[in-house]
Amino acid sequence: MNPRRKKRLLAITSIVFGLGAVIGLVLYALQENINLFYTPSELVEGKGPNLEKPFIGQKLRIGGMVVPGSVVRDESSLEVSFKLTDTGPLVTIRYQGILPDLFREGQGIVAQGVLIEPDVIEAFEVLAKHDEEYMPAEVAEAVKGIKHEKPKYNLDSGN
Amino acid sequence: MQFDSFSDFIAMGGYGFYVWLSFGACALILLGILLSSLNDTKRILSSVKQQADREQRIKQAKQELQ
Amino acid sequence: MWKWLHPYAKADRAYQLCNTLLPYFAVITVVCMVVGWIWGLAYAPADYQQKDSYRIIFIHVPSAILSMGAYSSMAIAAIVALVWQLRNAELAVIAIAPVGACATAIALITGAAWGKPMWGAWWVWDARLTSELILLFLYLGVLSLYHAFEDKKAAGRAASILAIVGVINLPIIHFSVEWWNTLHQGASITKFNTEAIDPSMFWPLMVNIVAFAAFVGTVTLIRLKNEILQREKHRPWVRQLIKRG
Repeated sequence: MNPRRKKRLLAITSIVFGLGAVIGLVLYALQENINLFYTPSELVEGKGPNLEKPFIGQKLRIGGMVVPGSVVRDESSLEVSFKLTDTGPLVTIRYQGILPDLFREGQGIVAQGVLIEPDVIEAFEVLAKHDEEYMPAEVAEAVKGIKHEKPKYNLDSGN
Repeated sequence: MQFDSFSDFIAMGGYGFYVWLSFGACALILLGILLSSLNDTKRILSSVKQQADREQRIKQAKQELQ
Repeated sequence: MWKWLHPYAKADRAYQLCNTLLPYFAVITVVCMVVGWIWGLAYAPADYQQKDSYRIIFIHVPSAILSMGAYSSMAIAAIVALVWQLRNAELAVIAIAPVGACATAIALITGAAWGKPMWGAWWVWDARLTSELILLFLYLGVLSLYHAFEDKKAAGRAASILAIVGVINLPIIHFSVEWWNTLHQGASITKFNTEAIDPSMFWPLMVNIVAFAAFVGTVTLIRLKNEILQREKHRPWVRQLIKRG
């Protein structure tokens, strides 16, 4: 490679790395500030090195697993309440609306809402999260709990 | 075959709208870019031909004048 | 290698090469797409959790993979165009960009149509979805930058620079599901050892990925031919082409 080409290549590479660093930092900052993402244990025990807890009335997002047996549906309306957990503490979610098809006990979900009590959230959005595993029902049956199943999922419920 | 009848196939177990929306949009976009690209080829070639014909005519006209 | 590659730096040879490759790509596209769509839609088993809605995977994953694959090829062409100043590489950048934009649009649309029934929302501002949207804007940016300049030499250079700079988005898209707490699940087919996807679904997916890749190749070749013709239209070899055709 002649010196001129080398110089050009070097200039391009440095632009790419410079821009990459900038975008990376911006995204990192976004994640810290805007996301306001909590897990049930972070919500109850506090998040980060200072164990900061969200205040009542704060808008936040929470992600966890629906505790089996905790889903209570109102007979006459679309109101539903359920408990979320990750490693220990439980957080109650109240929601009014249609739940996604993948919502079931044992499923991972992400809810967005307002904290109304230290461990109760009034959600205005409930989204179901699924994993990257795909298999036919028979295979799921055969390997359930042996290989494909992640322990946090309960495949029996909701079907 | 996973479906018992054609209407079952269309229904996709209740997800027909989403599945066919996806495949429909995909087919439409793919066909769109393919046809527009092929059309571009035609257009460019015909414009080149036009240009060549015109130059040919100019050349002929000049020869007739001489 | 340079001795072998060098003739293709000439426009007419590159044009001939496109013409030679085109039928192969076209045949692979047609065969794989017909097989892949029928296999995926009618013969692959339904998923144990998502039932028949998961069939969207057979176009969502191929289009998403190719949206990134096309971008990498475009960026490589851009580097070649800037560093070695090859005209044809510049044309390749402009030939790939619209095809890649289409793949990205398909990935976004099918993702929305899949997200609505499964997650409960057409769109969420999650890192994976947002970075894929940025990819669409990058493609559109490369194209509009190219068409913004009257001087095609400057246009090609500007578009190439943007294409290269945008590469930084690719690892962000790929690793977004690991770096951030995204709603989008992790990758299914990169983890060969854990068999995240059952073989009865994996193989039709592979066929569809090949089909989509071949389609991107086919249309890119057609568009590259167009770009070469457009730029060389006053050259004798193009005139000869008309006479023969």
